Amino acid sequence: MADASRIHPLAGRKVANPAVTLTPAEPAARLSLRARPDAVAALSKALGVKLPEMPKRSATSKSGGRAALWLGPDEWLVIDTAGGDPLADCAKVKALHSAVDISHRNTAILVEGKGAEATLSAGCPQDLSLTVFPVGACSRTILGKIEVVIWRTGETAFRVECWRSFSAYAFDFLEEAARDAPIAA
Amino acid sequence: MLLIHCPYCDEDRPELEFRNAGEAHIARPENIAEISDEEFAQFFFIRTNPKGLIYERWRHIHGCARFFNAVRDSVSDKFLMTYKAGEKRPTVKAGEKA
Ligand SMILES: [Zn+2]
Repeated sequence: MADASRIHPLAGRKVANPAVTLTPAEPAARLSLRARPDAVAALSKALGVKLPEMPKRSATSKSGGRAALWLGPDEWLVIDTAGGDPLADCAKVKALHSAVDISHRNTAILVEGKGAEATLSAGCPQDLSLTVFPVGACSRTILGKIEVVIWRTGETAFRVECWRSFSAYAFDFLEEAARDAPIAA
Repeated sequence: MLLIHCPYCDEDRPELEFRNAGEAHIARPENIAEISDEEFAQFFFIRTNPKGLIYERWRHIHGCARFFNAVRDSVSDKFLMTYKAGEKRPTVKAGEKA
Protein backbone atom coordinates (compact mmCIF):
# COMPACT_ATOMS: atom_id res chain seq x y z
CA MET A 1 0.00 0.00 0.00
CA ALA A 2 1.30 3.44 -0.90
CA ASP A 3 2.05 5.60 2.06
CA ALA A 4 1.07 9.18 1.31
CA SER A 5 2.04 11.99 3.62
CA ARG A 6 2.14 15.73 3.26
CA ILE A 7 5.65 17.12 3.45
CA HIS A 8 6.19 20.52 5.04
CA PRO A 9 7.85 22.75 2.41
CA LEU A 10 10.51 23.75 4.95
CA ALA A 11 10.87 20.35 6.62
CA GLY A 12 14.17 19.97 8.42
CA ARG A 13 15.21 23.61 8.07
CA LYS A 14 16.30 25.48 11.17
CA VAL A 15 18.62 28.37 11.91
CA ALA A 16 19.82 29.29 15.38
CA ASN A 17 22.52 31.74 16.32
CA PRO A 18 22.98 33.85 19.47
CA ALA A 19 20.77 36.64 18.05
CA VAL A 20 18.02 34.98 16.07
CA THR A 21 16.27 31.70 15.38
CA LEU A 22 14.34 30.78 12.25
CA THR A 23 11.75 28.05 12.65
CA PRO A 24 9.25 26.73 10.10
CA ALA A 25 5.79 27.21 11.64
CA GLU A 26 3.51 24.25 12.21
CA PRO A 27 0.76 23.78 9.62
CA ALA A 28 -2.26 26.00 10.32
CA ALA A 29 -5.73 26.67 8.97
CA ARG A 30 -5.87 29.95 7.07
CA LEU A 31 -8.58 32.03 5.46
CA SER A 32 -8.52 34.88 3.05
CA LEU A 33 -11.58 36.76 4.26
CA ARG A 34 -13.26 39.62 2.39
CA ALA A 35 -16.31 41.44 3.69
CA ARG A 36 -18.02 44.83 3.76
CA PRO A 37 -18.46 46.70 7.06
CA ASP A 38 -22.02 45.42 7.54
CA ALA A 39 -20.81 41.81 7.79
CA VAL A 40 -17.91 42.42 10.16
CA ALA A 41 -19.85 42.03 13.42
CA ALA A 42 -21.44 38.72 12.42
CA LEU A 43 -18.15 37.31 11.12
CA SER A 44 -16.32 38.41 14.27
CA LYS A 45 -18.91 36.64 16.39
CA ALA A 46 -18.75 33.43 14.34
CA LEU A 47 -14.96 33.37 14.35
CA GLY A 48 -14.57 34.32 18.00
CA VAL A 49 -12.15 37.07 17.00
CA LYS A 50 -13.08 40.73 16.61
CA LEU A 51 -11.98 41.56 13.06
CA PRO A 52 -9.77 44.65 13.36
CA GLU A 53 -10.93 47.66 11.35
CA MET A 54 -7.80 49.77 11.69
CA PRO A 55 -4.76 49.47 9.39
CA LYS A 56 -1.91 47.22 10.55
CA ARG A 57 -3.92 45.82 13.50
CA SER A 58 -4.42 42.22 14.49
CA ALA A 59 -6.70 40.57 17.03
CA THR A 60 -6.53 37.18 18.71
CA SER A 61 -9.19 34.95 20.22
CA LYS A 62 -9.40 34.59 24.00
CA SER A 63 -7.68 31.20 23.84
CA GLY A 64 -5.01 32.67 21.56
CA GLY A 65 -5.40 29.89 19.02
CA ARG A 66 -6.90 32.06 16.33
CA ALA A 67 -5.94 35.45 14.94
CA ALA A 68 -7.32 37.91 12.40
CA LEU A 69 -4.86 40.20 10.64
CA TRP A 70 -6.02 43.38 8.87
CA LEU A 71 -4.67 43.34 5.31
CA GLY A 72 -6.90 45.95 3.71
CA PRO A 73 -10.13 47.91 4.37
CA ASP A 74 -12.22 44.83 3.54
CA GLU A 75 -9.65 42.04 3.77
CA TRP A 76 -8.29 39.88 6.59
CA LEU A 77 -5.98 36.93 6.98
CA VAL A 78 -7.36 34.51 9.56
CA ILE A 79 -4.87 32.05 11.05
CA ASP A 80 -5.96 29.17 13.27
CA THR A 81 -3.15 27.21 14.94
CA ALA A 82 -5.39 25.32 17.35
CA GLY A 83 -6.94 22.79 14.98
CA GLY A 84 -10.15 24.78 14.48
CA ASP A 85 -12.05 25.15 11.23
CA PRO A 86 -12.54 28.89 10.54
CA LEU A 87 -14.06 28.18 7.12
CA ALA A 88 -16.88 26.17 8.73
CA ASP A 89 -17.41 28.96 11.27
CA CYS A 90 -17.75 31.57 8.50
CA ALA A 91 -20.14 29.31 6.57
CA LYS A 92 -22.72 29.86 9.34
CA VAL A 93 -22.76 33.60 8.66
CA LYS A 94 -25.63 34.77 6.43
CA ALA A 95 -24.18 38.24 5.71
CA LEU A 96 -22.43 38.54 2.35
CA HIS A 97 -18.73 37.70 2.55
CA SER A 98 -16.02 35.73 0.78
CA ALA A 99 -13.97 33.19 2.72
CA VAL A 100 -11.34 31.22 0.82
CA ASP A 101 -9.31 28.46 2.44
CA ILE A 102 -5.62 29.22 1.83
CA SER A 103 -4.23 26.88 4.50
CA HIS A 104 -1.94 25.20 2.00
CA ARG A 105 -1.19 28.23 -0.16
CA ASN A 106 0.75 29.77 2.70
CA THR A 107 3.36 28.59 5.09
CA ALA A 108 5.09 30.61 7.76
CA ILE A 109 8.52 31.20 9.25
CA LEU A 110 8.91 32.22 12.88
CA VAL A 111 11.70 34.77 13.31
CA GLU A 112 12.60 35.18 16.98
CA GLY A 113 15.31 36.69 19.13
CA LYS A 114 16.89 40.06 19.77
CA GLY A 115 18.13 40.14 16.18
CA ALA A 116 14.71 39.32 14.66
CA GLU A 117 13.93 42.90 13.65
CA ALA A 118 17.37 43.37 12.06
CA THR A 119 17.00 40.08 10.19
CA LEU A 120 13.69 41.13 8.64
CA SER A 121 14.92 44.64 7.92
CA ALA A 122 17.53 43.14 5.61
CA GLY A 123 14.75 42.55 3.11
CA CYS A 124 11.69 44.49 4.23
CA PRO A 125 11.52 48.20 3.33
CA GLN A 126 9.01 49.02 6.09
CA ASP A 127 9.99 50.59 9.37
CA LEU A 128 9.75 47.66 11.78
CA SER A 129 10.87 49.54 14.89
CA LEU A 130 8.68 49.07 17.97
CA THR A 131 7.28 52.61 17.84
CA VAL A 132 6.00 52.26 14.28
CA PHE A 133 5.42 48.50 14.22
CA PRO A 134 4.43 47.57 17.79
CA VAL A 135 3.56 44.15 19.16
CA GLY A 136 0.40 42.98 17.39
CA ALA A 137 1.09 45.04 14.25
CA CYS A 138 0.78 43.22 10.94
CA SER A 139 1.14 44.15 7.32
CA ARG A 140 1.30 42.76 3.85
CA THR A 141 4.61 43.97 2.46
CA ILE A 142 7.79 42.90 0.65
CA LEU A 143 10.66 40.66 1.69
CA GLY A 144 13.43 40.73 -0.89
CA LYS A 145 11.64 39.89 -4.12
CA ILE A 146 8.49 38.36 -2.69
CA GLU A 147 5.27 39.46 -1.04
CA VAL A 148 4.82 38.42 2.58
CA VAL A 149 2.63 39.19 5.57
CA ILE A 150 4.63 40.15 8.63
CA TRP A 151 3.00 39.92 12.06
CA ARG A 152 4.80 41.02 15.20
CA THR A 153 3.77 38.53 17.89
CA GLY A 154 6.21 39.82 20.53
CA GLU A 155 8.84 42.49 21.02
CA THR A 156 11.42 40.18 19.50
CA ALA A 157 9.17 37.72 17.67
CA PHE A 158 7.65 37.83 14.20
CA ARG A 159 5.60 35.46 12.10
CA VAL A 160 6.33 35.75 8.38
CA GLU A 161 3.56 34.32 6.20
CA CYS A 162 4.55 33.61 2.61
CA TRP A 163 3.34 31.57 -0.30
CA ARG A 164 4.33 27.93 -0.01
CA SER A 165 6.17 27.89 -3.34
CA PHE A 166 8.16 30.99 -2.30
CA SER A 167 9.06 29.66 1.12
CA ALA A 168 12.43 28.22 0.11
CA TYR A 169 13.42 31.67 -1.19
CA ALA A 170 12.11 33.34 1.97
CA PHE A 171 13.98 30.95 4.24
CA ASP A 172 17.23 31.26 2.24
CA PHE A 173 16.92 35.04 2.35
CA LEU A 174 16.32 35.12 6.10
CA GLU A 175 19.08 32.60 6.73
CA GLU A 176 21.53 34.85 4.92
CA ALA A 177 20.25 37.91 6.80
CA ALA A 178 20.43 36.08 10.12
CA ARG A 179 24.19 35.76 9.73
CA ASP A 180 24.52 39.51 10.22
CA ALA A 181 21.99 39.71 13.04
CA PRO A 182 24.48 39.07 15.87
CA ILE A 183 26.43 42.15 14.70
CA ALA A 184 23.38 44.37 14.25
CA ALA A 185 21.56 43.33 17.42
CA MET B 1 13.74 55.37 -0.88
CA LEU B 2 10.65 57.27 -1.98
CA LEU B 3 7.77 57.19 0.50
CA ILE B 4 4.19 57.30 -0.73
CA HIS B 5 1.26 58.11 1.53
CA CYS B 6 -1.47 55.47 1.22
CA PRO B 7 -4.85 57.07 2.04
CA TYR B 8 -6.24 53.70 3.14
CA CYS B 9 -3.32 52.64 5.37
CA ASP B 10 -3.02 56.31 6.40
CA GLU B 11 0.74 55.98 6.51
CA ASP B 12 3.83 56.77 4.45
CA ARG B 13 4.95 53.49 2.96
CA PRO B 14 7.95 52.46 0.81
CA GLU B 15 7.54 52.81 -2.95
CA LEU B 16 8.38 49.13 -3.44
CA GLU B 17 4.88 48.29 -2.16
CA PHE B 18 3.18 50.39 -4.87
CA ARG B 19 2.48 50.18 -8.57
CA ASN B 20 1.55 52.97 -10.95
CA ALA B 21 -1.76 52.42 -12.73
CA GLY B 22 -1.86 55.21 -15.33
CA GLU B 23 -3.71 58.48 -15.55
CA ALA B 24 -6.59 59.10 -13.13
CA HIS B 25 -10.10 60.43 -13.69
CA ILE B 26 -10.63 58.80 -17.07
CA ALA B 27 -14.22 57.64 -17.20
CA ARG B 28 -15.03 54.65 -19.36
CA PRO B 29 -17.86 55.61 -21.77
CA GLU B 30 -21.10 54.02 -20.65
CA ASN B 31 -22.14 53.35 -24.26
CA ILE B 32 -18.85 51.69 -25.16
CA ALA B 33 -20.37 49.49 -27.92
CA GLU B 34 -21.87 52.46 -29.73
CA ILE B 35 -18.99 54.93 -29.87
CA SER B 36 -16.88 55.33 -33.01
CA ASP B 37 -13.37 53.93 -33.39
CA GLU B 38 -12.00 57.46 -33.12
CA GLU B 39 -13.87 58.07 -29.88
CA PHE B 40 -12.73 54.73 -28.52
CA ALA B 41 -9.12 55.47 -29.45
CA GLN B 42 -9.43 58.83 -27.72
CA PHE B 43 -10.67 57.18 -24.52
CA PHE B 44 -8.39 54.14 -24.65
CA PHE B 45 -5.04 55.42 -25.91
CA ILE B 46 -4.81 59.17 -25.62
CA ARG B 47 -3.38 60.55 -22.37
CA THR B 48 -2.56 64.12 -21.40
CA ASN B 49 1.09 63.34 -20.49
CA PRO B 50 1.66 66.80 -19.00
CA LYS B 51 4.97 68.29 -17.97
CA GLY B 52 4.27 69.25 -14.37
CA LEU B 53 1.19 68.30 -12.38
CA ILE B 54 -0.25 64.92 -13.23
CA TYR B 55 -3.21 63.09 -11.69
CA GLU B 56 -2.48 59.39 -11.50
CA ARG B 57 -3.95 56.14 -10.25
CA TRP B 58 -1.71 54.14 -8.00
CA ARG B 59 -2.21 50.81 -6.32
CA HIS B 60 -0.85 49.77 -2.94
CA ILE B 61 -0.45 46.33 -4.44
CA HIS B 62 1.89 44.83 -1.83
CA GLY B 63 0.05 46.50 1.06
CA CYS B 64 -3.69 47.00 1.43
CA ALA B 65 -4.07 46.29 -2.33
CA ARG B 66 -6.31 49.34 -2.80
CA PHE B 67 -6.31 51.66 -5.83
CA PHE B 68 -6.11 55.35 -5.00
CA ASN B 69 -5.28 58.60 -6.75
CA ALA B 70 -2.25 60.83 -6.49
CA VAL B 71 -1.18 64.27 -7.66
CA ARG B 72 2.44 64.15 -8.71
CA ASP B 73 4.85 66.55 -10.35
CA SER B 74 6.29 64.85 -13.42
CA VAL B 75 9.29 67.20 -13.40
CA SER B 76 10.44 66.71 -9.81
CA ASP B 77 8.72 63.31 -9.34
CA LYS B 78 7.39 64.65 -6.02
CA PHE B 79 4.04 63.46 -4.75
CA LEU B 80 1.93 66.49 -3.77
CA MET B 81 -0.98 64.57 -2.33
CA THR B 82 -2.87 61.29 -2.45
CA TYR B 83 -6.60 60.68 -2.00
CA LYS B 84 -9.06 57.80 -2.01
CA ALA B 85 -10.57 56.43 -5.21
CA GLY B 86 -13.91 58.04 -5.96
CA GLU B 87 -13.02 61.33 -4.28
CA LYS B 88 -13.22 64.52 -6.31
CA ARG B 89 -10.20 65.66 -8.26
CA PRO B 90 -8.53 68.22 -5.98
CA THR B 91 -7.16 71.51 -7.23
CA VAL B 92 -3.46 71.74 -6.58
CA LYS B 93 -0.99 74.31 -7.91
CA ALA B 94 2.47 73.24 -9.07
CA GLY B 95 5.07 73.43 -6.35
CA GLU B 96 2.38 73.52 -3.68
CA LYS B 97 2.01 70.74 -1.16
CA ALA B 98 -1.66 70.15 -0.38
ZN1 LIG C 1 -2.49 50.92 1.70
